Amino acid sequence: MLNYILRRVAYAIPISLGVTIFCFALVYLAPGDPLTRLLPDDATAETIALIKAAYGFDKPIPIQYLNWLGRALTGDLGQSIQTNRAVADEVLIALGNTIIISTAAVILAFTLAFVMGTVAAYYNGGVADRVATSVSVLGVSIPNYWFGIVLIIIFAVNLRWLPATGMGPGGSEGFSIWEWSSVKFAILPVLTMAMVPIGIIMRSTRSAVSEVLSQDFVQTLRAKGMGEAAVLRHAVRNALPGVLAVMGLQFGYLMGGSILIETIFTWPGTGSLLNQAILNRDIPVLQGTILVLALIFVMTNLAVDILQTAVDPRIKRG
Amino acid sequence: MTDNAYVARVENLEVKFVSRESTTKAVNGVSFTLKEGEVLSIIGESGSGKSVSMRALMRLLPSKAKIGGEVEVNGKDVLKMSGRELTRMRGKEVSMIFQEPMTALDPVYTVGDQIAETVMRHEGVSKEEGLKRALELLEFVRVPSAERRLKAYPFELSGGLRQRAMIAMALSCRPSLLLADEPTTALDATVQIQVLILLRKLQKEMGMGVIFVTHDLGVAAQIADKVAVMYAGRIVEMGPVRDLLRNPLHPYTQGMLASTVHGQDRNTDIEAIPGSPPDMRNEIRGCAFAPRCKHATELCRTTEPPETSPGEGRAVRCHLVSGMTGAEQDAPAYA
Ligand SMILES: Nc1ncnc2c1ncn2[C@@H]1O[C@H](COP(=O)(O)OP(=O)(O)O)[C@@H](O)[C@H]1O
Ligand code: SF4
Ligand SMILES: [Mg+2]
Repeated sequence: MLNYILRRVAYAIPISLGVTIFCFALVYLAPGDPLTRLLPDDATAETIALIKAAYGFDKPIPIQYLNWLGRALTGDLGQSIQTNRAVADEVLIALGNTIIISTAAVILAFTLAFVMGTVAAYYNGGVADRVATSVSVLGVSIPNYWFGIVLIIIFAVNLRWLPATGMGPGGSEGFSIWEWSSVKFAILPVLTMAMVPIGIIMRSTRSAVSEVLSQDFVQTLRAKGMGEAAVLRHAVRNALPGVLAVMGLQFGYLMGGSILIETIFTWPGTGSLLNQAILNRDIPVLQGTILVLALIFVMTNLAVDILQTAVDPRIKRG
Repeated sequence: MTDNAYVARVENLEVKFVSRESTTKAVNGVSFTLKEGEVLSIIGESGSGKSVSMRALMRLLPSKAKIGGEVEVNGKDVLKMSGRELTRMRGKEVSMIFQEPMTALDPVYTVGDQIAETVMRHEGVSKEEGLKRALELLEFVRVPSAERRLKAYPFELSGGLRQRAMIAMALSCRPSLLLADEPTTALDATVQIQVLILLRKLQKEMGMGVIFVTHDLGVAAQIADKVAVMYAGRIVEMGPVRDLLRNPLHPYTQGMLASTVHGQDRNTDIEAIPGSPPDMRNEIRGCAFAPRCKHATELCRTTEPPETSPGEGRAVRCHLVSGMTGAEQDAPAYA
């Protein structure tokens, strides 16, 4: 088991390095020169050279990469071209805001989808199954930003129960998950975010549990006198590894935030940050945000892999 | 239990699978009784309704299965039991072991946990006590290094050991009736014999009634006190094992015996009788075996043969036998 974990961690290292190379290369992949924004249109050649040297753009690319990586490892992701603030600070604040809604969406989506998927599988073909299947088809096929806009129209514009946008008067600093005055701002974005994973996870839970319920050992359980609750417990336990893999992927997506959803609700998370960085061609912010999000994704996958091994004795350990 | 009390009594059992497209009449009027400590072997080709009959005894059939007739276990009417009564009976009074020990055990629970679970369920003991009992049971069914096997997952055991674990689980609450549905069919020949000997030994030790399903007459001969031969959802012949094997009366039994004597591989289905069993979705007129029977007459094709008793403890459904007088029954004219 320990061996397996160490090996998985070892695999994650080259992937993470690949991620850093990609993020670094963004500066060169992005159209246009990252310096043009910093420079007045009539800048002389000397000024340009001076600035280039100041930013390290005059060195060979591998050296630039190593310098950049060295700084990134110490938490220095450079300065935002737009605001001049440290990129690391901006990303951290945005990430905190995203995590507020994505964690809530994860909890909501995962429990609801898992319970509904299991119930649907158990009552295969029954009313509960049909309701759950319809919900999941809707969840997967409706565009989530459209769903978000519909929620705003219903709950913010027509009913006036919930605010449409922002994080509340206190903004990022004043937000408290324990106070309704803050929480009400998060409800619509959370519902919108949860929609797609609810559909996907419910569908895969349903198929995994129903596959397990058709296996021979379920009959053995009944033959030895186990009640239906115990049968369901065994079924869920068997379906768990497969469902966890799907959940892990969705978890990774949700933690990354959503440009569309955060933009619709003007929620100042990583999605909004990315959106602004793209609009302003703020390459350091873009670089830093993508780097952090990609590393979170790699780490989530690693955690899911390890978790899966822990719950499935059939995966060869060694 | 008194001497004449039955562990199992089945009277005119009928099982139909009803779906929108078709109705499969899997079991059509099966009757038999089993006394304490008795071993009944049910033999027949695949699809003849053996497994469905076994499952009907525990009501382990899907809801689309319509069960008719009478089923009694230890004098209690199984078909009238509530869900609670059923779960209390299953695994305690009646246990079942299956053909495929690999798929019959839960792959993600240890063998010990699965045995302990049964004991905990029926005897309300703690997990610790359950595991202790599981260890004793594994030793009881002669699993070597039982302590280590207790913590093993099914995929870590060989087929023979898995089946032993399955047997340990089935016997954990000392049932008075064990239903064994082809428990050795999926095993290698040598392992098959070991498991068979073990089952016979445990059966004698515990004095339980056993219904042993197989499609192998050789296996039946080794373990059974009496044999019932099934064809197309009916018992076509039944009797004490010696009598029946020495002097089979039904043409189907005769054909099966002939193929077992000459056949080399006991695991293959009986092939010596030409033709195949009828499709159970169609209505069957007359004797179900008629299309394959070389003695078939017009009467056979139109009228279902009644059950007759040509001797002590014997029953046959065949016009050839019922058409004869008592004196001639031991030497049928067609034989
Ligand atoms: N769950 C089911 N649904 C529909 N038909 C079934 C079901 N189980 C068994 N049958 C049918 O019942 C008949 C008897 O099957 P079975 O008892 O399994 O035969 P066997 O003698 O090989 O054990 C077969 O024709 C089979 O197709
Ligand atoms: S009743 Fe007729 S067809 Fe059926 S087994 Fe007897 S002789 Fe053959
Ligand atoms: Mg069968």
